[in-house]
Amino acid sequence: MNSDQPTNETPCCQQQQRRTFLARLSIALSAVIGVIIALPGIGFVLAPVFRKPKQKWRKVGKLDDFKVGGFVLVQYEDSSSVPWAGITAKEGAWIRRASETEFIAFSINCRHLGCPVRWVDDPRLFMCPCHGGVYYEDGTVAAGPPPEPLQRLNVRINNGQVEIESGPTPLTLTKIT
Amino acid sequence: MSKNPLMRTWNWIDNRIGYSDYIVPLMVHLVPDSARWWYIFGSATLCAFMVQVFTGVCLAMAYVPGGEKTYESLVYITNTAPLGNLLRGMHYYGASAMVMLAVIHMIQVYMHATYKYPREMNWMSGVVLLFVVLGMAFTGQLLRWDANGVWSVTVAAEMAGRTPIIGPTIAHFIMGGETVGGSTITRFFAMHVFIMPAIIFAGIGLHMLLIMRHGISEMPDANDPVDPETYKEKYEERIHKTGVPFWPDAMWRDMIFSTIIVGIILGCSLFLGPPTLDPPPNPSSINANPLPDWYFLWYFAVLSLLPPKLETWVILGVPILGFLGLFFLPMISNKGHRAPSKRPWAGGTVIFGSVAFLVLTIYGYKKPWSPDFGVKELPASVVGTDQGPLMEGAKLMHIKGCLYCHDISGYGGHRGPELTEIGKLLTRDDLIIRINNGGHNMPAFASSISSDELHLIVDFLLTRGVDQDQPILNGDSP
Ligand code: FES
Repeated sequence: MNSDQPTNETPCCQQQQRRTFLARLSIALSAVIGVIIALPGIGFVLAPVFRKPKQKWRKVGKLDDFKVGGFVLVQYEDSSSVPWAGITAKEGAWIRRASETEFIAFSINCRHLGCPVRWVDDPRLFMCPCHGGVYYEDGTVAAGPPPEPLQRLNVRINNGQVEIESGPTPLTLTKIT
Repeated sequence: MSKNPLMRTWNWIDNRIGYSDYIVPLMVHLVPDSARWWYIFGSATLCAFMVQVFTGVCLAMAYVPGGEKTYESLVYITNTAPLGNLLRGMHYYGASAMVMLAVIHMIQVYMHATYKYPREMNWMSGVVLLFVVLGMAFTGQLLRWDANGVWSVTVAAEMAGRTPIIGPTIAHFIMGGETVGGSTITRFFAMHVFIMPAIIFAGIGLHMLLIMRHGISEMPDANDPVDPETYKEKYEERIHKTGVPFWPDAMWRDMIFSTIIVGIILGCSLFLGPPTLDPPPNPSSINANPLPDWYFLWYFAVLSLLPPKLETWVILGVPILGFLGLFFLPMISNKGHRAPSKRPWAGGTVIFGSVAFLVLTIYGYKKPWSPDFGVKELPASVVGTDQGPLMEGAKLMHIKGCLYCHDISGYGGHRGPELTEIGKLLTRDDLIIRINNGGHNMPAFASSISSDELHLIVDFLLTRGVDQDQPILNGDSP
């Protein structure tokens, strides 16, 4: 290419500009297509992360069903189940009638890594089948690796029914100091 | 032009699709003659993957990813569907084979330092593939949506939840909500059958493309370290002089080994059957004893052995540092010696890693990680009598859960120290203090045991290891 031939240069550069424009246009449109496809999908998949934790009161039995004494296992539907969950929507808790009017309930999830703890009545201990975590009846750690006490759940008596407030699975979080 | 109509048809197709032009050169590309049996593991991994794809697609035709229907469909596949049991077994053992072969393939490549120039990206794509394969293995374990599956996903979410700041977000992403339930299984299904296989297909494509581009490496030569300046020319020169076509001169070995692998997968499935299903996936049922599949058991053992302070760092650090370390390995060393004899650290690393894996896995299987809830009462033969206060003390050992953790003459769990000879080792006061206050890894029993019960237990324990005929002293015994 040289400046002696301006007639040739003009179409060449127009051609060049046109190509650059078309390339950019294609890239931009690809990005638009990508965004249109991806955004609804990403929103759909991430939605559960941003949902506000739901808490719901769930009936777990009549007041008279519970005797003062040790913990019993109760089952109820979790607070954010999907229609197809079936049996997997169940959640469990250990509940104890401490006195005529007072109930104590714990989530069954061990605070180490979430395995289901078992109440053993005679030694009055919760024991975890995974790594040997043990808790006293007030939920505090008695032995093993759990870093935190069992999570207390709210209990109330409503029209002669005992109700537990179901909520998210308790997570043991790393504290930033 | 051939007269044979079959030949003519083939030529027509070949002309259109370009089999002879594109595929044949790939098949007969030259490979070093020195490779031999060392290089059978990569292709066998691919073969195991094909077993997984095929059996997986078949299983997906009867598998229902949702709620209790999932469990029902698994029971149907296992017990009712013709050949369902066999397919489930093949998919299960195929997964084990794939994990194992991928790791062996990686160890071989590492020992021969094949990841050095110019094959850095071969290795890096392989590392990504390995981690996705492990992801497949893990999500697959959860698709076996029984009690163990449900609790394993809870544990996984809890582990991810330990990540600083974004932990809960990740945990809720994994569970598809705040609890393990219906949306968890559908999520894992999508990951296991769409997302991760797509990554694996793409990864294998790239991995193969890179193999074609850089050629299969030769056996390392201790006198000829890799020099990026000259490596490629030398390789080309040698391969043209001494190389052999991949098909069939080298490939027959791959075929023999892959046949053996598929045979083993089929054999295991026929004779051992698929893993038995636990009780249904009821997250409120506490009768579960979650244990991971064998390839993750070492990690389970590590987590149980660690002091709690280190735990979070290991939970998060092992996978992340493991991945980064492996991924960037060729960036750290991409030239120099390849021969194992010149790289003692490499050999040491592999030996150390394998031994650690083995020991931890055995430990994971053997060690009672938890109280043994099913222990029997002590029989009269062990107690020395079948009535009286001694027997009452022995009964209390069972009732109060002492035997869940402590073994006496072969009866009881192994979580805590054995007490068979404890009467010789501790005094009455020692025992009372230990039982009341607990300590180390033992709960304090002061609040759950009456003083009468305590004395019955201690009286019984003081007879352990002590000659039964001698009178038992109260107070300080020697
Ligand atoms: S999950 Fe309970 S001790 Fe580890």
